[in-house]
Amino acid sequence: MTTMTMGKALNQALRQAMTDDDKVVLMGEDIGALGGVFRITDALQDEFGAGRVIDTPLAESGIVGTAVGLAMRGYRPVVEIQFDGFVYPAFDQIVCQVAKLHYRTLGRVKMPITIRIPWAGGVGAAEHHSESPEAYFVHTAGLRVIAVSNPQDAYAMLQQAIACDDPVIFLEPKRLYHTKGEVDLDTHHTDVAPMGIARVARPGTDVTLVTYGAQVKTALDAAEAAADEGVSIEVIDLRSISPIDYETIDASVRKTGRVVVTHEASREAGVAAEVIASITERCFDWLETAPVRITGHDIPYPPSKLEKQHIPDLDRILDGVDRALGRQNSMTGVEL
Amino acid sequence: MDISQVLTPDGVRVQNVELDTYLASVTADDVLSLYRDMAVVRRIDKEGFSLQRQGQLGLWAPCLGQEAAQIGTARALRATDFVFPSYRETGVIYVRGAENRDFVGTWRGETNSTYDPYRINTATMQIIIGAQTLHAVGYAMGITADGADDVAVAYFGDGASSQGDVNEAMVFASSFKAPVVFVCQNNQWAISEPVSVQSEFPIAGRAPGFGIPSMRVDGNDVLACLAAMRWATEHARNGHGPAFIEAVTYRMGPHTTSDDPTRYRDEEELETWRRRDPLDRVEKYLRAEGVLTDDVAADIAAEADRVGTAVREAALTMPNRAPLEVFDHAYATPHTGIEAERRAYAAYLAQFEGGAS
Repeated sequence: MTTMTMGKALNQALRQAMTDDDKVVLMGEDIGALGGVFRITDALQDEFGAGRVIDTPLAESGIVGTAVGLAMRGYRPVVEIQFDGFVYPAFDQIVCQVAKLHYRTLGRVKMPITIRIPWAGGVGAAEHHSESPEAYFVHTAGLRVIAVSNPQDAYAMLQQAIACDDPVIFLEPKRLYHTKGEVDLDTHHTDVAPMGIARVARPGTDVTLVTYGAQVKTALDAAEAAADEGVSIEVIDLRSISPIDYETIDASVRKTGRVVVTHEASREAGVAAEVIASITERCFDWLETAPVRITGHDIPYPPSKLEKQHIPDLDRILDGVDRALGRQNSMTGVEL
Repeated sequence: MDISQVLTPDGVRVQNVELDTYLASVTADDVLSLYRDMAVVRRIDKEGFSLQRQGQLGLWAPCLGQEAAQIGTARALRATDFVFPSYRETGVIYVRGAENRDFVGTWRGETNSTYDPYRINTATMQIIIGAQTLHAVGYAMGITADGADDVAVAYFGDGASSQGDVNEAMVFASSFKAPVVFVCQNNQWAISEPVSVQSEFPIAGRAPGFGIPSMRVDGNDVLACLAAMRWATEHARNGHGPAFIEAVTYRMGPHTTSDDPTRYRDEEELETWRRRDPLDRVEKYLRAEGVLTDDVAADIAAEADRVGTAVREAALTMPNRAPLEVFDHAYATPHTGIEAERRAYAAYLAQFEGGAS
């Protein structure tokens, strides 16, 4: 085991994937000499050459669209979208082409493309640099959507995403890039749990708290605080938000009978809505109270000085836990 | 910009310094072979139109009038080159080796792509306007990385030239010197919008701004199209990067069978272009050369009829896919979400006679 930041773990994952398979090519803006604006591709161009670590023109649709052609020629492109809010110009290529070509061609054309997106807020960035676009991609059949929360998962799951024959939207919470954790560099990615299996990040008995990405850290902090007050929260890190591992969620809900789902993205038609609808269908008889959503507001991402009002923090999550426990709290009597 | 031509609408072979270099080896028999393809494709197109009108196809996008642009350019390619067509390239996929059912399966709604792209090195038809141009450039970048000397070809229309993707494709192609040929069939109309809405300036004139050499040819002149494509592929194959062809032609029918062109264009314009029919001029030329006799013409007509009938037969005998196949191939690897949906739908179907089979 080695201690490293999530950014470094991602860098190591890319290096390993490129070493394992010479068809893996990286594409993106500023990923060469600069190593990406977050340095995730640091030193890779020196090591693998400009033919495999390709600095592209500043055109997101072009980056994804040419990756489609490279994939058709037998390559495994890993593209970096510089910031979450910049993925929208590539939206057509992602949802109409990348997601559908396998289906369209009855499986004759594979799209092993990984689209890495430095994702979500909390770093005091400018407008369009803190978006949470995951629901658009979760809603699109043909894509897998992965959201990592720690260096170990980042290391293993990025390699799994690249090795996967389906296209993967790979979300990297940018406020965790500098967070350190233990990473096992010696175990091959095929020997760890497959991409798409949720993780019980903290066991508990009273409330199931489901989340993903950077919110896992906040959820764990909330669980720690709740434990001090005698409430046992089970935290589930989804890791994959398409498909979602309902077996792990169901087992937890049938144990606790109470559910809170939290994410930073806005609430309307978000991942929490999907998770709760599915839990309600699958575990209705086990539920003690109505499931609770604690999410970002249904607003455009606010200016950075206000982002703390948007991203659910520990206290808002605990407020939701209180509601799930049927306790009187700030929201009692407030119409949702 | 001039429109290069080697065969006038009256079927007279004229000299063209630029294009003749690429036609030195072309015999009258070669021209006859091009004519044969054009005649067959016109017949397939007519059959597709009829099948739609008879309710056998949901839609058809006619290529009537564009046979020269499609056959001329496609015949300049190698089997190992890779083509990225739009949805109107019936002539192109015919040259690439499409089978009878491949012309109709998609329009009938049975599959989104009837053929295996790798069997005929041709991507499935693209409906999103211009999206395939980027795929062609990416594929061409892969050709370069492989050290091969194939080319990728993107077919698109005048309307597509306005799309961001087409412009991004030219930026990428130029920056990476990708061996890609852009073939813009300027058929004058993007559904109801005349080309002047897309561009007041000749479309071929834009490419040099991206550093891409271009040529504007008479798209109803099959020899000019063949020569231009030979020029463009030679350029790309030899490591000089992308090339661009604007084939100036005319879509004589509607945009699709759902369209009514009488609402937006007049009979006079149509008549002007009828006089430039791509088949007529080749026929006149070949008759003058003595290569196209009544017997040969009858033989070609019979072949066209045979293919047309076979395409009809393929449409009418196409098997309906089993209900649960609706889930097939959404993912390449097992996906728990879709597998659960498949199980649930199978259980639902099982309650009916015949079940899911």
